[in-house]
Amino acid sequence: MTKNLRVKTSKFIDETYKISFKFNGTTYYGYKGDTLASALLANDIHLVGRSFKYHRPRGIMTAGSEEPNAIVQLHSNSARTEPNVRATELEIYEGLEASSQNCWPSVNFDIGGINNFLSPLLPAGFYYKTFMWPASFWEKYEYFIRKSAGLGKSPTKPDPDIYEHKYIHCDVLVVGAGISGILAAKTAAKNGFKTLLVDEKSYLGGSTIYQNSEKYRINNQNSSSWLEKEINEIKKLKNLEIKTRTSVAAFHGYNFLLARESLTDHIPLNQRKNKTRQRLLKIRAKKVLMATGSLERPLIFDNNDRPGILLSSAIEKYANLFGVACGEKNVIFTNNDSGYETASSLFQKGIDVQAIIDNRENIDSKLIKEAEKNNIKIYKGYTVVNTFGYKRINKISVMQLSKDGQKVVGSKISIACDCLGISGGWTPAVHLFTQSGGKLKFRDEDQVFIPDKYPSDQISIGSCNGEFTLDEILSSLPNKLKEFLNITKTDYENLEVQSSYNKSKRNIWLLPSDKIFGKTKSFIDYQNDATARDIKLALREGFRSIEHVKRYTTTGMGTDQGKLGNMHALGIISETANTKMGEIGTTTFRPPYTPLTFGTIVGRNVGEYFDIFRKTPIHEWHVKNKAEFENVGQWKRAWFYPKDGEKMHDAVQRESKAARDSAGILDASTLGKIDIQGTDASEFLNRVYTNAWSKLAIGKCRYGLMLNEDGMVYDDGVTTRLDENHYIMTTTTGGAATVLGKLEDYLQTEWPELDVYLTSVTDHYATVSVCGPNSKKIVSQVIPDLDFSDDNFPHMSFKNAKIGKIKCRIMRISFTGEQSYEINVQANYGKSVWEKCMEIGKEFNITPYGTETMHLLRAEKGFIIVGQDTDATMTPIDLQMDWIVSKKKYDFIGKRSLYRSDTIKEDRKQLVGLLTENPDEVLEEGAQIVADIRKSPIEMLGHVTSSYYSPNLKKSIALGVVRGGKNMMGQKLIIPMENKQINVTVADPVFLDKENKRLNA
Amino acid sequence: MFVIDCPYCGEREQSEFKAGGEAHIVRPKQPTELSDDQWAEYLFMRKNIKGIQFERWVHIHGCRKWFNVVRDTSNDVIKAVYKMGEKPPTN
Repeated sequence: MTKNLRVKTSKFIDETYKISFKFNGTTYYGYKGDTLASALLANDIHLVGRSFKYHRPRGIMTAGSEEPNAIVQLHSNSARTEPNVRATELEIYEGLEASSQNCWPSVNFDIGGINNFLSPLLPAGFYYKTFMWPASFWEKYEYFIRKSAGLGKSPTKPDPDIYEHKYIHCDVLVVGAGISGILAAKTAAKNGFKTLLVDEKSYLGGSTIYQNSEKYRINNQNSSSWLEKEINEIKKLKNLEIKTRTSVAAFHGYNFLLARESLTDHIPLNQRKNKTRQRLLKIRAKKVLMATGSLERPLIFDNNDRPGILLSSAIEKYANLFGVACGEKNVIFTNNDSGYETASSLFQKGIDVQAIIDNRENIDSKLIKEAEKNNIKIYKGYTVVNTFGYKRINKISVMQLSKDGQKVVGSKISIACDCLGISGGWTPAVHLFTQSGGKLKFRDEDQVFIPDKYPSDQISIGSCNGEFTLDEILSSLPNKLKEFLNITKTDYENLEVQSSYNKSKRNIWLLPSDKIFGKTKSFIDYQNDATARDIKLALREGFRSIEHVKRYTTTGMGTDQGKLGNMHALGIISETANTKMGEIGTTTFRPPYTPLTFGTIVGRNVGEYFDIFRKTPIHEWHVKNKAEFENVGQWKRAWFYPKDGEKMHDAVQRESKAARDSAGILDASTLGKIDIQGTDASEFLNRVYTNAWSKLAIGKCRYGLMLNEDGMVYDDGVTTRLDENHYIMTTTTGGAATVLGKLEDYLQTEWPELDVYLTSVTDHYATVSVCGPNSKKIVSQVIPDLDFSDDNFPHMSFKNAKIGKIKCRIMRISFTGEQSYEINVQANYGKSVWEKCMEIGKEFNITPYGTETMHLLRAEKGFIIVGQDTDATMTPIDLQMDWIVSKKKYDFIGKRSLYRSDTIKEDRKQLVGLLTENPDEVLEEGAQIVADIRKSPIEMLGHVTSSYYSPNLKKSIALGVVRGGKNMMGQKLIIPMENKQINVTVADPVFLDKENKRLNA
Repeated sequence: MFVIDCPYCGEREQSEFKAGGEAHIVRPKQPTELSDDQWAEYLFMRKNIKGIQFERWVHIHGCRKWFNVVRDTSNDVIKAVYKMGEKPPTN
């Protein structure tokens, strides 16, 4: 049976617009303007979740983004399900379904609640201590710990919503639209600054807009109507963009901020189709005005976490903004005047306040007088020592504080209540400020950290700067704005502000109890179930740094990130360890300030837009002919072309055989191509390749190996001299961009005197490579005008020619060991040239082959693939490629490193061929190579880098790197696999046609 | 994310640039004359300063020019930028 606790009408709630929603399967009603929390409270529901570790019943605690307890799962089991949503932020909409988290089978009866009774056994560090022994059991423990860890359930279906990213550049960004933010934004915009004002809530005006405004008057009007006029004015300003429901998640250096703008989270699901759900704003602001306000502190006493215990300011907000009473018998527990403000608001709304418990003893103010006049019983100098009621508070007991506040004295008084508001004063919300690199200072008189040193062009204004009353804020604001914006006047000089707030506060971090300390459960971090006892335990065990205490006790972790509990943890450490608060500092508040969904972070970069991919001009043909593709860098390359349901192995065997027996054709367009021009082009190549280039004749091609300065192989490829001062270099497909970058680096920084120009032309040309014994017959029909005789067009040379009107460059170079021609044409002719080769090649069974066959064919010839047979530890000498390293050249990149003490060692890993004892057995790439498996530990000599079954040699072949392999020819080695050992013999890496007869056959 | 004042293009987002390590390390003109230790000094040894550091950056997604940056690594404030071959600012 639920009650209706909706009290007086609030102008923020539209009672003509009724909304139904489900919570834990039951249907309830609320109104437009409600949050899930306010709607639940109106239905007298406080219990919404279970705590993380002890599974204690927990209720709604706050009315904002700092909520630690009321965290719910939305739309369970649907694609739109979302965990860890704060009920205090979520605006209700028709069809909303929310459920409690971290409880099973239900929030009312939760088996994990047993942990509460086991809690003496679960102190801070419990997991670290208990599960350390025996170490081999960890895997078993871990399974159960992982099951019980975590809060909500992540979605398992693809997210149906759309997200996007947006860049915003502005002169002034104002974060927070409370009274300080509104006035600052108006001032900036009116003075010609392009201004952006953001606030996480759906309305403008912060707490001033709903506070008991008879208490605060500005220029003789009540403060909320005064502010409302200002808000109406700023909405008309052209220079000002206002974004509500926009939460700043991170504040990085150089005034770069990330914010989440929520666009559809408050409208019914059936109206969200094709709309952007959330936007990640990437804001670069010249100046930032932080007006993020402050968070009320709880008070730390025994059993301070029961459902029905809320921050006092939250109770006020629910009453004033939502027209909801949080209870019928309310008690306020405070150490400052804020509690009385709440009492006054409740009284005005006709909500019963049983009593006010005030830590302060001899205290008086206008607010206190008013409470007394309203016949509210005030216990001055008292504290709450315990609370009762398992799923909802029903009673508290209070006792008098001793003079020093360290003990309780006198007799215990019981007060029945169904709601307790607590106020421990205010903490400036400096989280974003510290994220930006800002340094805090501690203000002793009211025990708060406030901004001290700004790392960028920004200031903090209002209560996030430690100004907690309206008169303080409004008297300092004009001068601050004038200085920060460098202007001479604001609209807010000499405002007349009346406030009845007395600033005194009696700060006791940990309130005393009549119980012994070890028996109390005073929660400091509600979300992570960290108690005062945990903090003291950590200190007893020798932890001193706040960062260590945080990790040991989990205080301030999770989505809380130091919003509610942090200050008390610091206070207790300070008192116990006798250190000054300012010296302890705070923990690091990390972004995001409030959690972001993955959808927002990735934006539109999902599915096929996750990463860009590049297609060759011949791509469509490969698709049409059913090629399978592999990703090489960003390229989609044809991998193999299965025919009639062939598996990969069969396709590759067929393609490889065809290429050697008759003719094969490969799309080589992805190879990197760099156009090199300039009078020093030859000298430049001399410096970047290991071999000599000066004597390369025009029209000739040469293979080159490029090293890093540390002597390790970096890239390889064929470069052709097109003209006296003109070369075209090819690079590996994956290395094209980095090679160009490296060459530019040397050219610009080490050798600026060289006259050389580099241009990437990879995308400008399509490359069709025709190879095999019949390749010459095919290309000479494709280009009938060119003389393909070996005399005119020998291996490693180049010709310009025309196919009809299409200009082409033809290189006779080979990566397969077969006679081979690479035809380069302007990219958009690529497909027609390919098709022409296919048509003419038909009579020779020309067979398209993919990268897998290319790899197999080159492995038969022992040609390396940089990045597969090499890693960043292979020199050309290690690769047995001494022949390519010029002895005559004075210098080239990496030369000096080739005779460092390390690189000349004989027992480096060296590239060798491997032949298996059983010629049908194909090795696994990456398998380890050893000599002796009896010795423990087994010495690893190297690993297999490339391995194939060669249809042309009819046996298994492999390349591998083996320590000292060069001198091990013919030696037997072992490849140990999971269930067997494979015997191999070290062999020459060139398996086929060592004499290169096929190149000119 | 920094804003870097490319000496050729002006202020741009950090995401357009790539860092290239410590500046003013000149490749030896005669590497073959160097001992292993001297070569290793050039090849491997880099400073990692908390404070003012001279470093190389390239406007990789822009003009593709290399230049030098003086950055305070303790707060990421960029004190100066200057072209390759120019002398570092003295103050």
